[in-house]
Amino acid sequence: MNEIILQVEDLRTSFFTRMGEVKAVDGISFYVRAGETFGIVGESGCGKSVTGLSILRLLPEPGGRIIGGKIILEGRNLMELNKKQMRAYRGKMISMILQDPMSSLNPVYQIGDQIAESVRLHQGLPENMVEPEVISALRLLRIPSPEMILKEYPFQLSGGMRQRVVGSVAMSCHPRLLIADEPTTALDATIQAQYIALFEDIQQKTNVAIIFITHDFGVVSRICDRVGVMYAGKIVETAPTREIFKAPRHPYTSALIHSVPSLDKKDDRLFSIEGQPPSMMNLPPGCRFCPRCTFSMDVCKEQEPPEIKLTEDHSVSCWRVK
Amino acid sequence: MLRFIILRLLQTILALFGIMVMVFFLVRASGDPTVLMRSSTSTPEQMAIIQHKLGLDKSYAEQFWIYLKDYTRGDFGYSFIQQRPVVTMIKEALPNTLKLGIPSFVIGMLLSLSLGVLAATRRDSIFDNGIKFLAVLGQALPGFWVAIMAVLIFSVHWKLLPAAGMDSPINYVLPVGTMVFFMLPMMMRLVRSSMLDVLDSEYVKLARIKGLPERIVIWKHAFRNALIAPLTTAGMMLAGMVGGAIITENIFNWPGMGRLAISSTFSRDFPVVQTITILVAIIVLGMNLLVDISYAYVDPQIRYQKS
Amino acid sequence: MQTTMVPNVEAKSKPRYTGISRRRRILKNLAMIIPAAVFILLILTAILAPWLAPYPYDKTSMTERRLPPAFVEGGSMKHFLGTDNLGRDVLSRVIYGARVSLSVSLMVIAITSGIGTALGITAGYLGGRTDAFIMRITDIALSFPGLLLAMLLAVSLGPGFFTVVLALSILGWSGYTRLIRGETLRIRNSDFVAQARIAGASPFRIMLRHIFPNILNPLIVVVTMAVGFMILAESGMSYLGIGIPPPMPSWGSMVADGRNDLDRAWWISMFPGILIGLVVMSGNFLGDWLRDKMDPRLRQL
Repeated sequence: MNEIILQVEDLRTSFFTRMGEVKAVDGISFYVRAGETFGIVGESGCGKSVTGLSILRLLPEPGGRIIGGKIILEGRNLMELNKKQMRAYRGKMISMILQDPMSSLNPVYQIGDQIAESVRLHQGLPENMVEPEVISALRLLRIPSPEMILKEYPFQLSGGMRQRVVGSVAMSCHPRLLIADEPTTALDATIQAQYIALFEDIQQKTNVAIIFITHDFGVVSRICDRVGVMYAGKIVETAPTREIFKAPRHPYTSALIHSVPSLDKKDDRLFSIEGQPPSMMNLPPGCRFCPRCTFSMDVCKEQEPPEIKLTEDHSVSCWRVK
Repeated sequence: MLRFIILRLLQTILALFGIMVMVFFLVRASGDPTVLMRSSTSTPEQMAIIQHKLGLDKSYAEQFWIYLKDYTRGDFGYSFIQQRPVVTMIKEALPNTLKLGIPSFVIGMLLSLSLGVLAATRRDSIFDNGIKFLAVLGQALPGFWVAIMAVLIFSVHWKLLPAAGMDSPINYVLPVGTMVFFMLPMMMRLVRSSMLDVLDSEYVKLARIKGLPERIVIWKHAFRNALIAPLTTAGMMLAGMVGGAIITENIFNWPGMGRLAISSTFSRDFPVVQTITILVAIIVLGMNLLVDISYAYVDPQIRYQKS
Repeated sequence: MQTTMVPNVEAKSKPRYTGISRRRRILKNLAMIIPAAVFILLILTAILAPWLAPYPYDKTSMTERRLPPAFVEGGSMKHFLGTDNLGRDVLSRVIYGARVSLSVSLMVIAITSGIGTALGITAGYLGGRTDAFIMRITDIALSFPGLLLAMLLAVSLGPGFFTVVLALSILGWSGYTRLIRGETLRIRNSDFVAQARIAGASPFRIMLRHIFPNILNPLIVVVTMAVGFMILAESGMSYLGIGIPPPMPSWGSMVADGRNDLDRAWWISMFPGILIGLVVMSGNFLGDWLRDKMDPRLRQL
């Protein structure tokens, strides 16, 4: 088995707004191995993007703060690093891809320059070695004729191409961990499949650990080795992908899986979960999913369920499981 | 890019022509321009001679042609009051205006850029709120009044700074300060809001993700994009600056183009006023052209568009 | 068992009115009440000037020159804001000045907003060459120094009320044009406009009946703020002497009057300027408040 690259323990991130504390991430733990893709799935607002930003320690300045937990990357707790040390990690050890390719690239600089900037910053190569490195980063994302687009500007490329360039920027310094925050959401369905295949390709070549954040279980099934299901700031179930599809143990997980429309089922109704996620400022006591859960029991209303390890790889937080 | 420049140049020339036409008609708007030249001792014969000299007995078309010809040759006529070529008067006044205008512009730009960026990067801090407040105040209070209050405080009350004269650098403090005041609030606000917009963008986030030092994130990535918006209003700023120069020169009795324009206005010396207007129009249009070109340089999308 | 609406944590949070604390809400309303009060006061003063002013604005007095305001040593309630270099009561002149400033301002706004809006809608809706042509002229008008043009007009037409109005109007419409054109572009692609086109309405009719009502909101905001700016412009002209001629007082010319007496009668110049600033700021705050109120979220279409 590959070594564990990232270990997150009891991470807590809150936003301190004028109206109170919003506990976006309220104690989550997971790990990712080298060469493995860990998916974080959940509805909008469950805290998955905030998790990604927390690992990079790049929360929006006024208001966002990590208030507890450990983020251990290859043995080092990132929470103990000062600003300068953390900066050295960013781009080099951990990298991130954002959702919208249109706006991720700086419109006034050429593609080549934008990738070269990372390379120059982190790799300390002699100048004549920079361009080959940039080109190899572009090749990694399977961009045809990379030498040709070095001098182009972002607006001259198509959406799919831009997203690949963003990927090149991310991979240019050979990070150990790549966080992808909904990278396929803004792409056309036809390009999505291609792009996802790219991830597998990259992972095979570089053995990078990937955290794939998405709300789409369909995408999860295609690329993730293991999955963490997030709800209202907590991870409710973690398991290898195949297992979670075969036998989801948490009611929310199974509801999510069933809501993915599929062409081969005969059902012509679209299944969706009733209700709304709870307000993150006014969390109910007890299990957070309880109000929407069809299986809730009395204890669910009063106490938060503990995390139960079913097997080595499969954990759930639900009172129903014993 | 070249095509863009040529197009702009042609438009500028066209605009200049339009302005010259407008000035031509404005001057003749009240009918006979010589009415304004009449003094108590002038006889009808003298007036007729003047009229002939000015070519006013010819048709409008002919007059306009002469007017154009003269101007393109650089013959701007004679001042009524001072009886010397307008060109000479302008040659005397222009350097003084530049002595005031250029330092003011440079200082004003540097200040507004740095303060605007500072306010944006330290959002909601005391610094930011202070700047916002000053900007609001600066745009609401009339420039001439602020200058006079400054004279009241620094010249009259504290006797620190002189309110007239041009001899030593200290004479420059109040006038340059006034000029800067005319442009600072608006420019600062623009830079600040533009910077705030850019700082929120995804590519700035990406720059941070790359691990770049904050300094580079702000100045290399954010600032360059933030410049685009204020640049487009640079043209309007210039118009404000000209007005500001006129007022400043008036307040501090600075012998530049502004003061010349005012005194000529009051003495009805319209060849001078006419010439100054057209010259300023040329400068303003020229500067706008420059701004358009630099805009194309800063924003690559404009450069590459086949418009 | 509560399941309440949640602010989306991951989206950029915009403040919702239901969540804003009471204190902020009071402050926000205050930001409207004070400027509105100033404006109302201004209008009332302008209308009721002859009755409000304790003295005629041109009543000179050789014996009562340069008297300080009531709250300064040597002053009296007889002349609350003191007198100027010709013995005229400053308070009365300030009151009449309000009338001048407001009337110039409103007249110019009426003309410029009318022309500017018409041009803006036309440029935005028709597009193409018309648009390019109008916008080029607008750009030139925007970047042309207005004060210089005003001086040219003063030379040829002589100073006066209508000269000032003309001077401010010749270039003043350009600000509206740019803004309205932008709004028009935004609305032009809406469904209801498409419907009207399908129904065979003429461009003119569409511009008038469909586009115009929808640009009213931003227009109102701009007009509110324009009052202040027009006053600034007019006072600048009057200060230089090419605006409203004496003996009619304008706040701008009053500042000029006091220029030579800064050492012994600073109040002559100070008060008119403060008033100008007050009115302009009120216009800005009121405009801001209006703009917030008319935010598309809350707007009824």
